[in-house]
Amino acid sequence: MASNPMYQFNVYRIGPEIKLGSVDISFTNASLFMVISSLAILIIFNLGAKKKTLIPDKLQLLSELSYSFVAKMISDTAGSKAKPYFSFIFSLFMFVLFCNMFGMIPYAFTVTSHIIVTFVLAAFIFIGVTVIGFMKHGLGYLKLFVPSGVPMVLLPLIVVIEIISYLSRPISLSVRLFANMMAGHTMMKVFGGFVISLGIVGGWLPLSFSVALTGLEILVAFLQAYVFAILTCIYLNDALNLHH
Amino acid sequence: MLKKIIILLFVTCFACFNVVFAAESGGMPQLNPEFWISQIFWLIITFGILFIVLTKVILPKISDNLETRKSQILENIEMADKQKEDSQKKIDEYEKIILDSKLKAKNHFNEAREKILDNINKKRAALEKDLDQEIDVVEKELSDLRNKSGDKINKIAAETSAELIKELIGEEVNSSSIAAIVDDQSKINKERKDV
Repeated sequence: MASNPMYQFNVYRIGPEIKLGSVDISFTNASLFMVISSLAILIIFNLGAKKKTLIPDKLQLLSELSYSFVAKMISDTAGSKAKPYFSFIFSLFMFVLFCNMFGMIPYAFTVTSHIIVTFVLAAFIFIGVTVIGFMKHGLGYLKLFVPSGVPMVLLPLIVVIEIISYLSRPISLSVRLFANMMAGHTMMKVFGGFVISLGIVGGWLPLSFSVALTGLEILVAFLQAYVFAILTCIYLNDALNLHH
Repeated sequence: MLKKIIILLFVTCFACFNVVFAAESGGMPQLNPEFWISQIFWLIITFGILFIVLTKVILPKISDNLETRKSQILENIEMADKQKEDSQKKIDEYEKIILDSKLKAKNHFNEAREKILDNINKKRAALEKDLDQEIDVVEKELSDLRNKSGDKINKIAAETSAELIKELIGEEVNSSSIAAIVDDQSKINKERKDV
């Protein structure tokens, strides 16, 4: 069963079965890696924020660079109005990034390779952005679906398309991350399996592929976290600065 | 025949679907809803804690750090500018002082030179005066001596000639006439010398 490339995505219970009423909320390997990622973020950034030296040490530099990186990303895409949402986008980016990166460790579990996790995050963002949009602009937020400068004849069609594209945002956001992570890990597993089955004679080619894929996957892990965060910023920009 | 084929096709399709579904249920653990609620629950808890701690504790510290650094750097730049200005001022002052002291030194030198020259001139004048005086005295003495010596020579000459004449001719010649002759002779000599 271990040779099945999908086996790595199995979720299994760690410890006793916990039931809240009739629903099962047991601690699983997915939960374990969520906790590990969160703890790693908290420890690294807490250590980085602890010392207040004028010339930062490595951890401080890391945390400060991440801070200014996310701050710049937000101010570039969503403007200064998005400042109150900085900490949410920072947490989101770091959570996705660390989950992706921990998934790159052999035998580790990739939290973000599960559609339910990414979908909950994306749905939360979608609902939050929609609520913010309606709170800022009232019913005027519906103007988002009516782009200016479109001929009257095309307007009904365009509005329908806009509404569909708006409603598909959480799906595209979650499926993009989930599919990328799953596909990458599956591919690495498949190539790893080829190394074993081709043995010492022919196994070198898939092994080199595997090495190259590891590098690529680390890049993808960062890139997908970045894309996730920057798309959140763009959606937030739509809600905060309503001009299409 | 046709009926048979259709049934066969149907059965094959069914078998294929069965296999695919079996693979699917075993193949995509993501679509198995058994632990969905658990994952959502733990995601909310971990992400919630992460978000709260980052927002309340860590991010303010980092932003504080960045702000302090920014202000510190600005302050330092300001201070550096101020110190630069100060040092420029000091350099100007220093150059002025050097220029002044150079001028002063020149003045001092000139003064000292003039003083020394004055002193030398004065001393030389005094010395020359002294010398002149001495020369005068000596000249006077000399001329006195010369004048006196002329008379004396005449006298001696007259006496010697009187003696000689006495020795030669054994007669006392009038000394006054001899003196007159000697005088004449010496006058002639003097005239010759003068000429």
